[in-house]
Amino acid sequence: MKPTIERPAPAPEPEPLGDQVKLPKSVKAIARTRRKEAALRTWRQYRKSKMGMAGLGILIFFVLVAIFAPVLASRCELSPTCASGPILSPPSWQYPLGTDDLGRSVLALVIWGSRISIAVGLAATLITVVIGTSFGLAAGYYGGWRESALMRVTDWFLVIPFLPLAIVLSVILTPSLTTVILVIGITSWASTARVVRAQVLSLKTRTYVERSRALGASHWHLMSRHILPNVGPLIFANTVLIVAVAILSETTLSFLNLVPTPPRTSPGARSSNSPSGAAPRSRTIGGGSFPPVSRSSSWCWRSR
Amino acid sequence: MEVRDLHVSFTGRLGLGAGLVGKKAAVARAVDGVSLSLQKGEVLALAGESGCGKTTAARAIMGLERPHRGEILYEDEPIWKDLRAYRRKVQMVFQDPTGALNPRETVYESVAEGLRIHRVPGDERTQVAKALSSAGMRPPERFFLNYPHELSGGQRQRVVIAGALVLEPHMIVADEPVSNLDASVRGEILALLMDLRRRLGLTILIVTHDLGLAWMVADRVAVMYLGRVVEIGPAEDVLVHPKHPYTKALLDVVPEVGGGGRPILKGEPPDPTRIPAGCRFHPRCPVVASGRAERLGILGRCTGEDLGLEQKAPGHQVACYLTELGEEP
Amino acid sequence: MSLLSVDELQVTYRTQGGPVPAVRGVAFELARGEVLGLAGESGCGKSTIAGAILRLLPKGTDVSGRVLLDDQNVLELKPGKLRAVRWTEASIVFQGAMHALNPVQRIGDQIAEPIILHGQAGEREALVRAGSLLEQVGLPARRLRDYPHELSGGQRQRVMIAMALACSPRLIIADEPTTALDVMVQAQVLRLLKELQRELGLAMIFITHDLSVLVETCDRLAVMYAGRIIEEGAADTVFRQPAHPYTRALSAAFPEIGDARFRMHPAGLPGDPPYPADLPSGCTFHPRCPDAFGPCSTVDPPLFDVSPGRRAACLLLDAGRASLRAAARTDDHADDDLPAEGQG
Repeated sequence: MKPTIERPAPAPEPEPLGDQVKLPKSVKAIARTRRKEAALRTWRQYRKSKMGMAGLGILIFFVLVAIFAPVLASRCELSPTCASGPILSPPSWQYPLGTDDLGRSVLALVIWGSRISIAVGLAATLITVVIGTSFGLAAGYYGGWRESALMRVTDWFLVIPFLPLAIVLSVILTPSLTTVILVIGITSWASTARVVRAQVLSLKTRTYVERSRALGASHWHLMSRHILPNVGPLIFANTVLIVAVAILSETTLSFLNLVPTPPRTSPGARSSNSPSGAAPRSRTIGGGSFPPVSRSSSWCWRSR
Repeated sequence: MEVRDLHVSFTGRLGLGAGLVGKKAAVARAVDGVSLSLQKGEVLALAGESGCGKTTAARAIMGLERPHRGEILYEDEPIWKDLRAYRRKVQMVFQDPTGALNPRETVYESVAEGLRIHRVPGDERTQVAKALSSAGMRPPERFFLNYPHELSGGQRQRVVIAGALVLEPHMIVADEPVSNLDASVRGEILALLMDLRRRLGLTILIVTHDLGLAWMVADRVAVMYLGRVVEIGPAEDVLVHPKHPYTKALLDVVPEVGGGGRPILKGEPPDPTRIPAGCRFHPRCPVVASGRAERLGILGRCTGEDLGLEQKAPGHQVACYLTELGEEP
Repeated sequence: MSLLSVDELQVTYRTQGGPVPAVRGVAFELARGEVLGLAGESGCGKSTIAGAILRLLPKGTDVSGRVLLDDQNVLELKPGKLRAVRWTEASIVFQGAMHALNPVQRIGDQIAEPIILHGQAGEREALVRAGSLLEQVGLPARRLRDYPHELSGGQRQRVMIAMALACSPRLIIADEPTTALDVMVQAQVLRLLKELQRELGLAMIFITHDLSVLVETCDRLAVMYAGRIIEEGAADTVFRQPAHPYTRALSAAFPEIGDARFRMHPAGLPGDPPYPADLPSGCTFHPRCPDAFGPCSTVDPPLFDVSPGRRAACLLLDAGRASLRAAARTDDHADDDLPAEGQG
């Protein structure tokens, strides 16, 4: 018959807890170490992706341009009174991107305009992500009638066409940068909500969530400690894409002269000048600088 | 711990159209009248094939599912009165040790979670180290900063067990605790559970499909089929001298040297939405199929009358008409 | 003359972390109509062998050695010939087979597919043959028109078996065919496999971690650990009288119900099965072995003969060392007196 295996002698009682191993002393320190290590690991992995690094580089470049705008091109150049160049001249050494119909350097306009684009892009993205994540999280987590209600609201916003709403809102509300940010935010959060909800639905069934429930966790604990951190990567990826879309949306809006910035320095605005001016015959450069920003943003996304 | 007449059902989803037409959604009676009792310090194995409702029953006992009928009493108090306090006394160990640990949390945090949720006073670090140590991870500090993916399957299950132990529970519900682990590692985890029972006086409810496991660790065995307990009693009785045809069939098919000549049931357990009338096992019962039930005169009752557990011997109950006649399957 | 002869098979995966030796020198023979069981836990290399025999491993994997299927070395066949051999000479029932069915294709078409691909029959004929295959595995032929989601787990497994039989191979490799199934369904599928094997005179390699299943279905059994075969012989003797400590531990994990020795006595091995990328020195089992002694950590034992047809790779079985070990037990300093390492 089968022999049974000998049991090894029962292990001795646990030794007193010493500090033989080099360990952070407190619980908080443990959490900090973990977060630091996790961040380092993520960075090291990100570094491996060439496309991601290239995208990041371009993004940083444009952000720096926006921040250092006053250094790169004096404010004066934006006002028509300072304009000293020839009207609608082609690119030259003095005016690398040419001049617009008021004689202002297009390069200066681009540099200053990037501030608006990026600011609007980021602010609108913030709104989008906050609203979208909240809706998606609540809908996915609670389920039942709450989910249905939230999702129907989401669907409503999903089908609103962007441009007509933008036009209507900018006519009704006082034209301001805030309005523009609001408009872009309102029309973009719905897709984030759907994506987040789908992920939450899948996470809800994970065993560690159930274990937490069995331990006695409250809804808040589950959402904040287990579900949200694991939806995090998805939100991040989504956010990067949305920044790109938001910036492009802003460009569209200002092309239609819906963005009220006094000397119309937003890139879209400049390109809208061109058709009304003598663009077909000049070689001024339109609002072409912002596709690179959004494209570099999407490179960052693809390398995630 | 006492479970009385537990009923847990799941209602299927109904499309809007069907609902309007008046169709009723299929109701799956996962647990259809289960009564159990557990003494302090004993190990009860809840055995059966998949779909028999054992996992649902275990989850209901843990308070993770709401039964629509029946009571669950712990120390004579219904658990739903104070679920949070109950959770400190009864903890769960899961089937999939990898899924049961949040991949973004370190071992320390996974184990400490219970302490944080219940705001247990005391030095958290000492408590976590003690739990890990009891679960066989020594020296515990070495594992504090590890992530689950850095550990092996057996170690992960030990972390899950430590997470349950840290609250110093009186009872553990283990849902297939070793079926996802390698065969040579299973023995160690089972030995750990036995050790904990001995040292800490834990009561353990093990849900398993493996009767061999029940033989190794259980004091009593309850066999479930399609939402009901069909036989319950001491392991030596139920597993060596089964009185219910289903238990006997399960034991017959356990692979063995020289085995294979014994009868195998046809088909598969039916859907819990379509439970057969009368004795729910009768469509697959070899006693019915061979005509013996007819000869004994109980066929009518097998196909027509539903039945509960009948006493066969002290502590050994069987839900089969054969028992009344004193017959064996 | 054997149908399958594997000699010195070595498989090394190329991974980001470096080469991982999954199989480190495996040799066995399989005669026509014989059933060989390959037992072992995760990481031992048994599923890799299944893939290696039909060259289904990912590109870039290093495979060396000889796999003679009917005297043709599969490892050296040209692609055209290899494709001809696949499924017609040997087929596989995969692990997780139940999820290997295409959910949007009817099962009849899926069974007929290999028949058509190998040019053995036209579409209509292939479907007819698929129908008869379904009957052979115990399903009514009219289910040809069903989709996979309309079948239960056990039924899907039968469909996988029917598919494996489609081109009338002479060898079937079953990789964990019953692992995810209930005991009753598992018994049904095992019985089916046995009947088919007898009726059709198939040779089978049965790969699983469940020793008790192998004992019921196989003639011979080989136990693998860390990429090597560490014990082989007739199925019931290997199970009942294991020669290798690992086999002993593994079979203790499948107790005999009714045997009082197993009551309240769960026994397992400390530690975990080793990662192929990180194997211990000497005998790979020594860190977990209850009977390990001195040389075990430095010498990797080859297969020693235990009795005719039975071999095991354990230093305890080497007559010379056995006496040394006895000496080591009584005298702690015997290790210092061990002779220089030669052939174990």
